[in-house]
Amino acid sequence: MSFKFALVGNPNCGKTTMFNEVTGSTQHVGNWPGVTVEKKEGKARRFKEDIRVIDLPGIYSLSPYSLEEIISRNYILEEKPDVVINIVDATNIERNLYLTTQLIELGIPVVVALNMMDALESRGDQIDIPRLEKQLGVPVIPTSANKAQGTKELIEKSLQVAQSAATGQLGESITIFDEQIKKSLDELLSFITPQCNQVYPPRFATVKLLEGDEIVIAKLQPNSAFMALITTTRGRLEQEYDNDMETIVADQRYQFISKVISKSVKKKLSVGGLTVSDKIDKILTHRILAIPLFLLVMYVVFTITFGFIGTFTIDYIDHLINVTLADAVTTLLHSAGAAEWLDSLIVGGIIAGLGSILVFVPQIMILFFFLAILEDSGYMSRAAFMMDRLLRKIGLSGKSFIPMIMGIGCSVPAIMATRTLENEKDRRLTIILTPFMSCGARLPVYALFAAAFFANAQSLVIFSLYILGMVVAILSGILLRKTLFKGEAEAFVMELPPYRIPTIKGLMIHMWDKGKGFIKKAGTVIFAASVIIWFGQTFDFSLHMVEEVSDSIFGSVGAFIAPFFAPLGFGDWRSSVALLTGFVAKEAVVATMGILNNLGEVGEGSVELMASLQTYFTPLKAYAFMTFTLLYMPCIAAFAAIKREMNSWKWTLFTVGYQTGTAWIVSFIVYQGGKLLGLG
Amino acid sequence: METTLNECRPGDKVVIVRVSGEGPVKRRLMDMGVTRGAEILVRKVAPMGDPIEVNIRGYELTFRKADAGNIIIQKLES
Repeated sequence: MSFKFALVGNPNCGKTTMFNEVTGSTQHVGNWPGVTVEKKEGKARRFKEDIRVIDLPGIYSLSPYSLEEIISRNYILEEKPDVVINIVDATNIERNLYLTTQLIELGIPVVVALNMMDALESRGDQIDIPRLEKQLGVPVIPTSANKAQGTKELIEKSLQVAQSAATGQLGESITIFDEQIKKSLDELLSFITPQCNQVYPPRFATVKLLEGDEIVIAKLQPNSAFMALITTTRGRLEQEYDNDMETIVADQRYQFISKVISKSVKKKLSVGGLTVSDKIDKILTHRILAIPLFLLVMYVVFTITFGFIGTFTIDYIDHLINVTLADAVTTLLHSAGAAEWLDSLIVGGIIAGLGSILVFVPQIMILFFFLAILEDSGYMSRAAFMMDRLLRKIGLSGKSFIPMIMGIGCSVPAIMATRTLENEKDRRLTIILTPFMSCGARLPVYALFAAAFFANAQSLVIFSLYILGMVVAILSGILLRKTLFKGEAEAFVMELPPYRIPTIKGLMIHMWDKGKGFIKKAGTVIFAASVIIWFGQTFDFSLHMVEEVSDSIFGSVGAFIAPFFAPLGFGDWRSSVALLTGFVAKEAVVATMGILNNLGEVGEGSVELMASLQTYFTPLKAYAFMTFTLLYMPCIAAFAAIKREMNSWKWTLFTVGYQTGTAWIVSFIVYQGGKLLGLG
Repeated sequence: METTLNECRPGDKVVIVRVSGEGPVKRRLMDMGVTRGAEILVRKVAPMGDPIEVNIRGYELTFRKADAGNIIIQKLES
C-alpha cells in the first residue's frame, strides 16, 4: 500500500531537519504550481511501505492571508494526505499549538511530533505526554529530529493511524470553544452538512464561515437565508464579546491552549528569565554595539567570499575551463578533423559561455554557506530587526536587507537570497531593486574608464557610482511602491528564534539545495544564450563566418542601435557592441572594447586602450557610459536567476525592461545635464 | 492603569487588555499569540528606535511601534 504524509509546522520548529532525517537523499525540490514557494517531496527511508512525505511551507496559522498558508490549507483539503504530521517545537509549545488547534478541524488524522525534546529537557522543563494526548485528542510522539531520536516511532505511529483511520477525525471529540460559541457553531453545522460535505470538512467550514473567510464563502456559496443566519450569528457574538469574530476565535484558541499548557507543561524557568540565547542577544542587538557588530559580520563574510578565497577559486576554475579544458577539446577536435565552425561553437561559444557561469559556482557555494550559518543560527532575523527602520522608507521591510547588501558582491546569489522573504510583493520588488547595487563584475569597467578620464579622482568616481546605484534603488523603491506595488506594505511581525548552533549536516543541505538549483536551471538558459551570442559574434547575416566583429550580426546590430545611445553621449557602434556583450558578463565590456579598438584581448589597465578611448570619449561621455553600465539589465547569470525566482516571464521581462529604461533615463540626465552645466 | 504598548519601556511587564485596529497586521498579531490576557515582557527597542522586541508566550516577537500602539495593556510591574 502507498501512503501520503504531509509535514506541517511553524517556521523554526525543526521541520526541515525532520524532513531531511525522514527522507534522506530521496527528496526533490520543485515549485508549487504558479507560485515561487518551494515544494519538497521525498520518500520515507527504512520502511517497506511506500510512503511519500510532502514538506508543506512553514506557517503560523491556516488563515487565508499569506500564500504559504493558502497553499498548505488547499493541499490538505484537496489532496487529502493520509496523515498530517504536525511538528511542534516543545520549547515554544504555546504558540506552536495554535496551528494544531486549526489542523484538527481539517478532517484529516493528525499526529503531533513534539520536537526539540532534547532542548526542552536540558532546560529542565517537563511535558506530560499522555495527558497532552488526551487533551488534544491526537497521538503525540516525542522527537529530537536533530539527533534522529523518535523519528522512527513517529512514522510508525503515523502508519498505524493511516491504516486504521477510516474513522477519520481523531480530534473531533475535543472542544476548543466555549459553550456559547460551540452552541452557535452547532446551529450552523446542522445547516451546512448536506451541501458542503464534499468540499470542506463541516467543522472547518462553520468556523470559517463565521469568521467571514472569503475563499470559503466563495466556494460554498451559501444561499441567502443561510448567509443571513451567519451574519446575524456573527453580529450577535461580536456584540456580546465586544470584538470582531476573527479576534474572538483566535482568543478562544489561545485560551484553550493556556488550559492545556497549565495542566501538562511544567516549566522550570519563570517567564522572561534569561537563557543563554538571551544573553548572546543582549550583545548582538545592543543599542550601541549592534550596528558595528553587524557591519563587522558582513565585512568578514564579504572579504572571505569576494576576497582572496573567492578570487582564488574563480581564477582556478577559469583556468581549468578556459585553458585546460578548452585546449584539450581543441586538440581533440583538430585530430578528429572537425570543421572550423564546430570548433568555434564548442570552444568559443559553449565552453566560454558555460565557463563564465561555472566560475561563480564555488563563490556562490561559499556565500550560501555563510548565509546558511547566519540563517540557521538565528542571526539573520536579528539583522532584519535592526534594519527594518531603514528599509521601511523605501516601502520594504527589514527582511529585504540581506539580499540588497549581497548585491554589492554578486547579483546572482543576492537574487536567490530573496527566497527568505515570505511576502511575494516584497520579494518581487527586492528582486527588481537588487541589481542596482553595483556588483563586482562592473568594477573593471569603472576601473578602465576612471583611469582613462578621471586620473586624479579615480576612487571618488568609482565610489560615486556605488552611491548612485543605491540612490537609484531607493528612488525606484519609492516609485514602484506608489505605482505597481501599491497597497499596504507587508506587516513586520516577525519571530526572533532563539540562537542555535547550526549543524554541519544542516548547513551542507541548505547550501547544496541552492547551489544545485543554480547549476541546473541557470545552466540551461545560459547554455542556449551562449550559443546565440557566439552566433551573433561569429556570423554575418548571410551566415558566413566573419574575421572582424564589426562585420558580424552583432556588429551590424551595434551599428543599428548606436543612434539609440547617441543622446547619452556614446552613439558609437563599438560602445553599443560592448554593451551587448556585457549581457554575457559585465566584465566582458572591457574585453570587447579591446577587440573592437583593434587591440586584441586587453585588460582594464591597458594604456593603449585608454588612449584609443580618449579619441572618441570625453569625461562626461565616459561617466554617462559608466552610469549605463551600472544600471542596465544585469548579466545573463543574473537574468537566469531573476527568471527562476520570479517564476514568470512577464515579471522577468518587466524587470529587465525597467532596469534598462532606468539606465537610459539616468544616463540621459547625466549627459544632457552635464552638457547644460558646461561640463561636456 | 491602561495604556498602549508603544508607551512602555524595556523591562516593563504588562498584560494585554485588548487589541484594537483591523486588517492583516492585526490578524497576524493574533496568530502570533498577541491576544487578550497574554502577558508581555518588553525586551528592547531596535538600535534605530523602531521596531520593538517583546517576550510573549515563551518566545521572542518583534513588531513596529505603530502596531504596538494598537495593543492596549495594563502594567503589572516595572
